[in-house]
Amino acid sequence: MRTHPMKTADGTTAMRDVFIAETGRLLDEEPRTALVLADISAGHGRFADAAVKHPDRVVNVGIREQLMVGVAGGLALTGMRPVVHTYAPFLIERAFEQVKLDLGHQGVSAVLVTVGASYDWAEGGYTHFSPRDVALLDTIPGWRVVVPGHPDEVAGPLRDAVLGDEPVYIRLSLRRNATPQPVTDRLTVLREGSRAAVVAVGPMLDNTLAAVEGLDVTVAYTANVRPFDVTGLRMLGHDTIVVVEPYLAGTSDRVLRTALADRPHRLLSLGVTTADLHAFGTPDDHDRWHGLDPAGIRAAVGDFLH
Amino acid sequence: MTSTGYATARELVSRTVVDVRYPPNNYTFDLLWVLYDRILAVTPQTAEHPHRDRLLLSKGHGPGAYYAVLAAKGFIPVEWLDDIASAESALGGHPDATRVPGVEISSGSLGHGLPIGVGQALGLRAQGITRPRVYVLIGDAELDEGSNHEAIAYAGAVGLDRLTVVVADNGSATHGWPGGIASRFAANGWTTATAGITDHDALTAALRADTPGRPHVVVATTNPTED
Repeated sequence: MRTHPMKTADGTTAMRDVFIAETGRLLDEEPRTALVLADISAGHGRFADAAVKHPDRVVNVGIREQLMVGVAGGLALTGMRPVVHTYAPFLIERAFEQVKLDLGHQGVSAVLVTVGASYDWAEGGYTHFSPRDVALLDTIPGWRVVVPGHPDEVAGPLRDAVLGDEPVYIRLSLRRNATPQPVTDRLTVLREGSRAAVVAVGPMLDNTLAAVEGLDVTVAYTANVRPFDVTGLRMLGHDTIVVVEPYLAGTSDRVLRTALADRPHRLLSLGVTTADLHAFGTPDDHDRWHGLDPAGIRAAVGDFLH
Repeated sequence: MTSTGYATARELVSRTVVDVRYPPNNYTFDLLWVLYDRILAVTPQTAEHPHRDRLLLSKGHGPGAYYAVLAAKGFIPVEWLDDIASAESALGGHPDATRVPGVEISSGSLGHGLPIGVGQALGLRAQGITRPRVYVLIGDAELDEGSNHEAIAYAGAVGLDRLTVVVADNGSATHGWPGGIASRFAANGWTTATAGITDHDALTAALRADTPGRPHVVVATTNPTED
C-alpha cells in the first residue's frame, strides 16, 4: 500500500489523532466515559495507554461490530457514556440494525466516531467507502451529525458530545480544508454574493471556494449538518441554493427543501454518486470521478446558474 | 414444587394471547417463573435500582408468559393482560422497555439481547457495582443469529462472570445444534448446566451453578434426555 488508511501522508495531525487524544483526556476526566472498539485504532498509543489506565472502560471486542454496538447499548443502559469507533461502513452499515435497535429504540444513546468517510482510503476500494452513512442515520430519529472539515474542528464537538446525552455521529476524514472554521450550530457565512448561496459541508469547503472563485455567490460553511441550521439557511436570503456535501449527493435534499417549502426556490445538491466504480487511485481521483473536484463543482454550479 | 402465586400466574398466561403462532401455554412460563420467584434480586420497588439483577428477554416472541409473570409479581397491573397490543396498550407483541415497568430491553429482532447484556455486565463492573447478575434469555433458534456468537466468544475470553445466559431450548433451530448447545459455550470458556425447562428445582440448581471468573449458561430444554 502506498498510503496508510488513517494517517496523513505528510505526517501532520489527522482528525483521528485529535479524536484519540481528546477521548483519552475524557476517559481520564469523566468516569462515565467508556470507549468501545472493534480492533480499529486499538493499537494507537494513546488508546493503548488508556486501556491500561482504565481497563474496565476501554473495551475492545475484537472484530465484532454487531457486538460493539450492542455492548455500547448495554453500557448506556447502566448509565455509562459510550464512545464507539471504527471504520464508517463497518459501524453504520454493517451494524445498522444495532445502531437502530440497541441505542435509540432502548431509550439510550452513544457517540459514534468513524474514520474512512466516503473514500479516504481510495486504495482500499469500495468495501471501505461509506458515502451513505449520513443518509442512513437520517432514517432514524434524533441523531446529531458532525462532519469536521479540519482537525481543529474535532475536539470541541467531541467533548460536547461525550459530556452530553444526545445521540451524536462524528464523521472523521483524512480530507481537510487548509484552515479551520469555528464550529457552531449556525451556518458560517464566508463571503456574500447575489446570484446564489453555496453551502459547503465539512471537507468540501476548499474545493467549493476554488470552484466558485470569481462567481457572484454567497458561500456558507457548516460542520454541523444535523440538525441543519435551517434558520440560517433562510436568513441567507437566497432562493437559489447549492449544497456541496462530502457524502451521498442529495443526502440533505429533503431537509433543505422542507426548510424552504414555503418559498419558491431552486436547489442543486452535489455530493458523491451511488456508482460502484470498482476503482482505486487517490481521494482526489474519486473527487474528480464524482464531480467534486473544483472543476466538477464549477461546471455543475455554472450550468445551474446558466 | 410451586410457590405461592404459581397457580395464579399460570392462570394469567391464558389471558395473554398475543400471537396466534405461540399458544398461551407458553413453554417458557416455568423458566420465567423460577427466575422471578427464586433467582432474580429485583422487585417492582427496585426495578430501576442500579444494584438490581437484570433479566433481558432477548427472545421477544410470544411474550405472554413474560407479561403474566410480571403481572403476578406486581411489576404491571393484571388488567394490562386483557388488551395486549391494542392501540392503548403498553404491552405489545414484543416487549417495549420504554413502556413497561420491569422490562429491561425492547426486543423482537433476534440476537440483540446477549450483546446488550454483555454491555450491561461491563457497565456494572466499570462502576464497581459487583453484586448484580445480568441474565439473558434466548431461544435455541435465536442462537442462529451470528451476533450471539460474537458475544459468546468475547464474554468467555474476558471471563465476564456476572453474566448468565439461559437458552430456552425447544428444539426449534432449523438446522439444530449437533453436539449440543452447551458445547458452543463451553468451547469459549463458559460454565454450563442443563435442566428440564419445567423442573423448578433443577432449573434453580442450574442457575446457581455459576463459577467466579467465567460466564455461565443454562440450557433449559423441553427434552432433558436429549441434551
